[in-house]
Amino acid sequence: MPKTMFDKIWDAHEVAEGLIYVDLHLVHEVTSPQAFDGLRVERRTVRRPDKTVATADHNVPTDGTRAARMIADELSRIQVETLERNCAEFEIPIYSLGSERQGIVHVIGPELGITQPGLTIVCGDSHTSTHGAFGALAFGIGTSEVEHVLATQCLVQRRPRTMRIDYSGELGVGVTAKDLILATIGRLGVSGMVGHAVEYAGETIRGLSMENRMTICNMTIEGGGRAGMIAPDDTTFQWVAGRPGAPEDFEAAVAAWRELPTDEGAEFDTEVEVDGAAISPMVTWGTNPGMVAQVTDAVPDPAGWGEGPADRDAAVRALAYMALDPGTPMTDIPLDRVFIGSCTNSRIQDLREAASIVDGRRVADSVRAMVVPGSQQVKAEAEEEGLDDVFRSAGFEWRTAGCSMCLGMNPDILDEGERCASTSNRNFEGRQGRGGRTHLVSPRMAAAAAIEGRFVDIRTWA
Amino acid sequence: MKPVDVIEGGVSVVERADVDTDQIIPKQFLKRVERTGFGEFLFYDWIRSGELELEPNPILVAGRNFGSGSSREHAVWAIQDFGFEAVIAPAFADIFYVNCTKNGLLPVILQEDTCRELAAAGEVRIDIDDQTVTFAGGVVRFEIDEDVKHRLLHGLDDIGITLQNEAAIGAFEAGGGADRGPVTTAL
Repeated sequence: MPKTMFDKIWDAHEVAEGLIYVDLHLVHEVTSPQAFDGLRVERRTVRRPDKTVATADHNVPTDGTRAARMIADELSRIQVETLERNCAEFEIPIYSLGSERQGIVHVIGPELGITQPGLTIVCGDSHTSTHGAFGALAFGIGTSEVEHVLATQCLVQRRPRTMRIDYSGELGVGVTAKDLILATIGRLGVSGMVGHAVEYAGETIRGLSMENRMTICNMTIEGGGRAGMIAPDDTTFQWVAGRPGAPEDFEAAVAAWRELPTDEGAEFDTEVEVDGAAISPMVTWGTNPGMVAQVTDAVPDPAGWGEGPADRDAAVRALAYMALDPGTPMTDIPLDRVFIGSCTNSRIQDLREAASIVDGRRVADSVRAMVVPGSQQVKAEAEEEGLDDVFRSAGFEWRTAGCSMCLGMNPDILDEGERCASTSNRNFEGRQGRGGRTHLVSPRMAAAAAIEGRFVDIRTWA
Repeated sequence: MKPVDVIEGGVSVVERADVDTDQIIPKQFLKRVERTGFGEFLFYDWIRSGELELEPNPILVAGRNFGSGSSREHAVWAIQDFGFEAVIAPAFADIFYVNCTKNGLLPVILQEDTCRELAAAGEVRIDIDDQTVTFAGGVVRFEIDEDVKHRLLHGLDDIGITLQNEAAIGAFEAGGGADRGPVTTAL
């Protein structure tokens, strides 16, 4: 019987019914301390430290702080130091502050070449879906499950349903993977993918770079999806080749990876079709990623938004929080801050695209703008290319790697009432700082918004 | 984990759709390295601004897609620490639902209309064993995975159960099933 890519990976990892073997476990400082404590209480060990790797990202300052002990915020320092101690005790490799491999966990996995097709990958972080861009089955788990994987290298899982979203056509000029996934979530809603492993397919997807594919899979969780995946192809194999974690017998690995894509005729529980060529640059106006409009549109009237009273109420609340009036053109929304970074959009291609927009221009006087590379390696690569100079000359701050202002667990936060164009993944109330107002956009759109001090349609902006 | 028994008493209501875990427990409270003490930070911004009042009750009734967003298990710890033993909603986000079951916080899925009736009734009795919710308006049945129910009813430790499968895991590894993927210690 023809199988989906999801089915092939799931079936190859089922140790017993509902018990899945984990090939790669990524660990960070926020969701792991209680799990390690649990191991100690029960006198358990880490079954496979050789399939586990840790980094510090959520809490780290992006001001060049070189070691955990130098973190000024006491609780953040304790959390990162606790991770370092736990990894030493249980012999887990770690790239903490000071390591040239440190960075956002979903950036360094692919960068090290340890994110590979056909693997099961988990992490105590909902954006673990990012790694599905390589044709892996990757999803976020809670802390109890982190402890379970540490102790057993397995996870108790119910088999999710499957969904395929098929994209046709080529993305328009200036339209990016970020716009594609925002438009998709706008259409399906923030719970439209709940319970599903989602495969993004079609000619639009096949034409995208790995960075773009990661942006799409990353935001699967914003549609409620369990995992997002994209069939591996030559673009994937070229990314992995030559990286530190790449398989020794690379040709044999590629031969096996070529067997992974969904078979012709395999059935999905849900199928969706999207015209990729019709997608526009997108900007969110509300307090979840499904509250999104084309940049050429206006802030919607809650009366006509969504499907029923619950959606309408949510939209009313969202507009009150965002201090926006229905009917306001998206391009009339003035900005205080611009953030380019996060596990969604902080890779080298994202930074190159943003730099190409700001090159030779100046950030608007009313705007404070920052760029936060996703990893120390992305930072080094960007500096090699001179991108840091481009950003700095334009008036951007150039920071060191971390989650930064995506979630405000570190000193990078919005002040009450500040409005930010952000390349991150969540525009929830207070996400970037209490009372802060977040608009999600692509790196190009964020860069142009920094220059103009408001949103512009990148397709016609010059 | 404490076994889940009959849960009976008053309900508190959060009548909003798509409540994300950033609202349930804002990020500034995720820096603790313990599992306890999160209750006082539950719905911190909403309660502090006065837009939400939450009585301490055993049962929380919430809107659809409750617990979306971040995987932070701190959301479940905060709800439990505040005193809730069960959450009833028309639908839950996947990771949040699983996190509930790993901590003995009973997630109950009921239709939106029923949730509204429960909220109005104010008093509810949940029996996990026969999978029923009883209130002034009647008795309704809810679905829960048999295996999950068994573990909740008996307060079983997931890891302990899996380790009973040690032989199967060992055989999977010995049979080459674990040969895929990188050796992180060799990087």
